[in-house]
Amino acid sequence: MVTGGLTKFAKAHPSMDFRLMVKRAYDYALKDIPNLTADRIDGTRISYFSDHFSRQLKAASMVQDYLGMNPKGSVRIEWGGATGGECFQAAYEAVASGRMDVCLGAGYETMSRVATWKGNEFIALASDTNFDFPLGGFYTGYYALMVVRHIYQYLRLTKFAHVKDEREAQRLAIAEGSRIMSLVSVKNHLNALHNPYAQYPKRLTVDDVLKSEMISYPLTREQICTMSDGAAVVVLCDEARAKEFTDQPVRVIGVGTGTDTMRLADRPFGRVPLLPHESPKDYEDLPYPGVHSFRAGRAAGREAYRHAGITDPVKELDFIELHDAYASSEIQTYEDLGLCKYGEGYAFTERGDPFLKGIDYGFPVPNAGRIPVNPSGGLIACGHPVGATGLMQGVFAFWQLQGTIPKHFGDATLQLAHPKRGAIHSHAGTGSAVTVSILERGWR
Amino acid sequence: MRPRPPTYEKFRDVQAELEKSGAAIFRDHDGVESLVIKYPYSINYIHSYAEDSPFFLGLAEGKLRGSKCRRVKCGFVFATPRSHCMVCGSPTEWIDLPQKGRVHSWTTCHFGSEAFLKETPYNLALVEFAGVGSVMLARLKDCVESELYVGMPVEARFEPNPKYSVTDVWFVPSK
Repeated sequence: MVTGGLTKFAKAHPSMDFRLMVKRAYDYALKDIPNLTADRIDGTRISYFSDHFSRQLKAASMVQDYLGMNPKGSVRIEWGGATGGECFQAAYEAVASGRMDVCLGAGYETMSRVATWKGNEFIALASDTNFDFPLGGFYTGYYALMVVRHIYQYLRLTKFAHVKDEREAQRLAIAEGSRIMSLVSVKNHLNALHNPYAQYPKRLTVDDVLKSEMISYPLTREQICTMSDGAAVVVLCDEARAKEFTDQPVRVIGVGTGTDTMRLADRPFGRVPLLPHESPKDYEDLPYPGVHSFRAGRAAGREAYRHAGITDPVKELDFIELHDAYASSEIQTYEDLGLCKYGEGYAFTERGDPFLKGIDYGFPVPNAGRIPVNPSGGLIACGHPVGATGLMQGVFAFWQLQGTIPKHFGDATLQLAHPKRGAIHSHAGTGSAVTVSILERGWR
Repeated sequence: MRPRPPTYEKFRDVQAELEKSGAAIFRDHDGVESLVIKYPYSINYIHSYAEDSPFFLGLAEGKLRGSKCRRVKCGFVFATPRSHCMVCGSPTEWIDLPQKGRVHSWTTCHFGSEAFLKETPYNLALVEFAGVGSVMLARLKDCVESELYVGMPVEARFEPNPKYSVTDVWFVPSK
C-alpha cells in the first residue's frame, strides 16, 4: 500500500454525491505521493454495499468514469458490512496475482438518502427474508440476541455461577456485561476526539452510555454505530513500484476471510478452531460458535495469521482497527482474533489491554497500550458508511504504520510509537462474512 | 414558474421542508448550494417460498415443521428447515418439531425497521428444542422484558388467520 485518502464521515453530505466523495478521497491520496500519477493506475476495485441506498444500479461505473479511469478494468465489490474489507483484499489480489501493477480500491456509501429506520430496514434485508426479516428485521436486535447469550455463557456461568436464583444471576450478569461494553464505547468515542474524520467524537462516562436510549435490550444507543455518508480509497501496488512512489510503503503480509450461516439460528454447536497459541483443553466444554461467537472472524483471523506467520497476535501485532458496529461485537471479536481466550473478553476489556496509553478515559486502564484496538475511534465513533468502512480502516492503519497520523489528523495524540504491524478487520451480517488483513511497515 | 425552493443551512431543516414541499436547497459551510428533492419508491414482489413452502403451509395448519437429514449416519435435525443437510449435503425430510422448547437467547426491541416500528417494543427469541441440532428465531409474546431469561420454557402459538409469513407462529411462556 502506497497511499490512502478519505472524506470526513458524516450523517449526510448533501453537497457531494457519491462520485464527488470518492473523487475527494482519491485526490487526497494522490496528492500525498506526487510520484503516483493517474496514468500509472492499471485498474480499480470499487465497493458499495446497498443498491437500495444508492437506487442507482451500476453506480461503480459512475465512480469509474468520474475518476477518468475508462477504459481501464474495474469490478464492483459487495459483501455486506465487510464490503470495504473485501474491496481492500480484491485490490490486493489484483496486484498479488500479477494482473495489475497498481490497483486503486475505492469505496463509499450514501446512507443519508433514507430516514434512519428505513435505513435499518434496508440493512435488515441482509438477513434471511423468509425466516428472519419478517419477525422484526432489525440488526441491533440480532446483535442483542448474540450478546445476551455471550453474557450467559461467559458471565452467568462463571462470575455469577454462585448466584442460586437463575433470573437474578442473569440480570446481574447482563448488568455487568453492559457496564463493561460501555467501557468500549467510552474508549472509541474518546479516541475519536483526536480524529478529525470521525463523525461522533465525544467524551462520555460509563453512566452516559448506560443511560442513553435503549435500542434493543441490553444494547443502548451509545453502544451502536450509526449510518453515515463517506468515501475512502487505497492504492496498492507491487514492491518495485511502491519504492518508486514513496519512501514509506506498507506491506500487506496476510489476508484471511471466513464465513458463517446467514441465519443465526443455523449456527452449529461444535468445536473451536484453534489458534497456534491455544490448546484443545482451553475449550473442552464450550459449544461453538452457537450464537455467542463469530466463527467467521475466527476463520478469517486464522487464515490471515497463518499467511503472515503470526503465532501470538497480541505480541506480534501493535494495533487493530476492528469492526465495532456494536460495543458487544468488539468484545466478541477480541476473542475470535485470539487477543484473549474465549470467555476472557470482559476481563481483557476491564484490564485495559485494548485502550491507548496517555488518554484519560475516566477510569483506570492498567494494561493500556498492550494491544490498542480502534485507536481511530472505530465504527462507533467514526461512523459506518458501509462500502467505505473497511477501506477507512486500511487508511488509518496505513497512516499509523507510516507514523503520519500527526500530519493527516493535525493531532499527534493517536499516533502509536513506532508500530511495526497492525491488523484491519471487516465484518458482515450477523457474522456471515469477515475479512482480516495484516499490514506491516515496508521500509527500514 | 415554480418559485425557487427555500434554502437551509441545517440538513434537518432540509428534511422537514422535503416533507412539506418535496424540494429544498442545502447551503454548506462554503456557501455551496445543493438542490435536494424527495421521491417515493414502492414495489410489490412475487415471491415463491419454493422448497421452504411446506413450512409455511404447516404453520397455517398449526404444525411446526423442521427438517431431518435422510442419511441415517447423519440424521441432523434442523429447527429452521432446509431441504438439504448443511452438514453432509444429503436431502432432508420434513418432521414435526416439538411445540415446546426453551429460550436460547432473547432481546426486547425498543426500535426496529420502519416496517416494524409501530409494533415496538417486541421480544425476539431464539428457541431451542430437545433433540434438535439448531434453533429457531421467533417473536415471544405475552411476557415483558423483566420476565425473560435464558432457559425459560416456552410453547408455540399459531395465527388463526394465517398470513403465510413466519410471523404465523410465535411463542409464549409455558404455563
